[in-house]
Amino acid sequence: MSEALAIDVQGLTKRFGDKTVVDDFSMQVPRGKIYGFLGPNGSGKTTTIRMMCGLLKPDAGGGTALGHDIIRESREIKSRVGYMTQKFSLYGDLTVRENLTFMARLHALKNTTSVVEAALEEYALAPRANQLADTLSGGWKQRLALAAASMHDPGLLLLDEPTAGVDPKARRDFWDRIRVLARKGVTVLVSTHYMDEAVQCDNIAFIAYGRKLIDAPSADIPERVGLITWRIEGKGLQPIYDALHGADGVDQIARFGSALHVSGRDAERLERAIAPYRGQDGLIVEKAKTGLEEAFIWLMTGSEDNFQ
Amino acid sequence: MTSLSRILAIMGKEFIQMLRDRLTFGMMVGIPVMQLLLFGYAINTDPRNLPTLVEMGDNGPASRAITQAMETSEYFDLIGLTTSAEETESALQSGDVLFVVTIPPNFERDLLRGDRPQILLDADASDPVAAGTGAGAFPTLVQEALAPLLGEMSPPVQTVIHRRYNPAGRTALNIVPGLLGVILTMTMAMMTSMALTREAERGTLETLLATPTRPHEVMIGKITPYVFVGSIQVAILLAGARLLFGVPFLGSPFAFLAAVSLFILVNLSLGFLFSTVARSQMQAMQMTFFIFLPSILLSGFMFPFAGMPAWAQTLGQALPTTHFIHAVRSIMLKGAGFRDVIHDIWPLAVIFAVIATLAMLRYRRTLD
Ligand SMILES: Nc1ncnc2c1ncn2[C@@H]1O[C@H](COP(=O)(O)OP(=O)(O)O)[C@@H](O)[C@H]1O
Ligand SMILES: [Mg+2]
Repeated sequence: MSEALAIDVQGLTKRFGDKTVVDDFSMQVPRGKIYGFLGPNGSGKTTTIRMMCGLLKPDAGGGTALGHDIIRESREIKSRVGYMTQKFSLYGDLTVRENLTFMARLHALKNTTSVVEAALEEYALAPRANQLADTLSGGWKQRLALAAASMHDPGLLLLDEPTAGVDPKARRDFWDRIRVLARKGVTVLVSTHYMDEAVQCDNIAFIAYGRKLIDAPSADIPERVGLITWRIEGKGLQPIYDALHGADGVDQIARFGSALHVSGRDAERLERAIAPYRGQDGLIVEKAKTGLEEAFIWLMTGSEDNFQ
Repeated sequence: MTSLSRILAIMGKEFIQMLRDRLTFGMMVGIPVMQLLLFGYAINTDPRNLPTLVEMGDNGPASRAITQAMETSEYFDLIGLTTSAEETESALQSGDVLFVVTIPPNFERDLLRGDRPQILLDADASDPVAAGTGAGAFPTLVQEALAPLLGEMSPPVQTVIHRRYNPAGRTALNIVPGLLGVILTMTMAMMTSMALTREAERGTLETLLATPTRPHEVMIGKITPYVFVGSIQVAILLAGARLLFGVPFLGSPFAFLAAVSLFILVNLSLGFLFSTVARSQMQAMQMTFFIFLPSILLSGFMFPFAGMPAWAQTLGQALPTTHFIHAVRSIMLKGAGFRDVIHDIWPLAVIFAVIATLAMLRYRRTLD
């Protein structure tokens, strides 16, 4: 527990056939952080997470999770890490309580019954305790999965797109739980597609085509992305939007209320693009801070789904 | 360090899933019942009044007493007389008659002289049950028919029985041990292999692998509930065989228990091994059929083992079903004890050790 890093991996590489799915991936996650793991579909997030908890053997590279070697000490890791799979993978033909009891016993926990009852209480699953898992809605399934993954008090939680396809309220509830766990000192690595969730992470790593592109505190991300943003405010913005969309020097344009955010990486070319609108009547053109959300929209559009 | 908690957890979970899967559970109980009824009744059709030809070489009172006795017995139905050997042959060949009785010329004279003449009964034993009961009853029948004529003389005739087409003369009794072997082979291997591939198919294997569970804990936990199911199947078959067909159990229950337990374990670990190779439940099922067919054909269940060509016997020796069926036949029908079947038990033990080791080595600890 003295280790300062919950995850410390270097050069992780995984190939399926002749396709390199994760390429030279390194990451250091300090203890107690909520670390966001972003990237388009097929970029290798699940594969990376599986290597971190000993479910897949890397073809190259290695490292530790909670101080244990991910290749040689996968058993230690499995008893100290909580892993929530992307696809619901508890038993649909068992009830909520049976599933939790099963998991508690696989972890050889003492006084299984009280641990399970406590988890049912804590995750408000008690009223559904005797319901078959298959009959739960998506949100409740995720909640059950989180309960199952955290019953053995793991020091590190690996959550693989835990809120995919879940309604907004259930997502909010879920994140409340994640923050509760984080406050207790649990390190959380969570992959997600949702910007509003990314914002809530302390740090964010972005991966595309199996390569890590960015890894920084979320506050620093916009700067790292290197986008410069101008804000144009006023009336009659639609023609301006149409004119600037795809114009030379403009990499991204988005509407924010009664304003346009025009972003680009090359300051000079961007400058030239918006020059015609400067000093026009009724238009305010001013430099703006690139938001995290814009940064991610940029990262995402820059790397569409990575299958094949 | 093995965790009993984990093994029990997996066992319990497997039990619950099994009981909730009504269809599968029903099948596991239903298959033995159905097979027993099908095989038992289809083969054990009441062997009464079977068509019989008589070749009368002699027409004296003794000969007539015999044909009369056959007529009144429930086994034979005399449908005609024959005079030529060809006719006899073709009638048997075509299956028009199941028995041909040949009373030799001068039977009466030889009988009275005390020369102990021969009566020949040719039986079509391709239906072993029918032939078996008729042939079994024949010598007594002849003696009883002649008793009023000859008084308390010592056996005055020799009855010679030729079992045709199936010299081993296997009877319905043989079917039950065979069924035990075949049903256990199919259901046990199929159930475990499917229960495990199902976990991979549904993604629950990832949950299982993400816990600190060891391969042998999974194996023991997964297999044990099916040992229970196998025992139920055995109980059903034995009870059914006893009640419906009067199949005896002459040998050592201990030897039987040893053979059955070992055989169930062999098939369960075989299913486990299949599941480490199969990518889907469908493939798992196909693989069990791959072992199931030779187990039916080469194990001595369908054809007498001793009558098979050498290469088939060699293949058959590698099949656990062969040893099991042989052991159980000896125990149930010939009254064998543990010592008598040890040469069948140890191959089973070896096969089990090999398969279980292979299965454990092949069991994936990762998702690779
Ligand atoms: N077991 C596997 N065999 C072959 N290809 C795989 C396997 N698992 C994942 N892939 C491929 O690897 C790539 C990355 O997948 P994944 O790690 O699931 O990405 P993500 O979680 O970011 O969507 C995808 O193209 C996927 O098709
Ligand atoms: Mg994924």
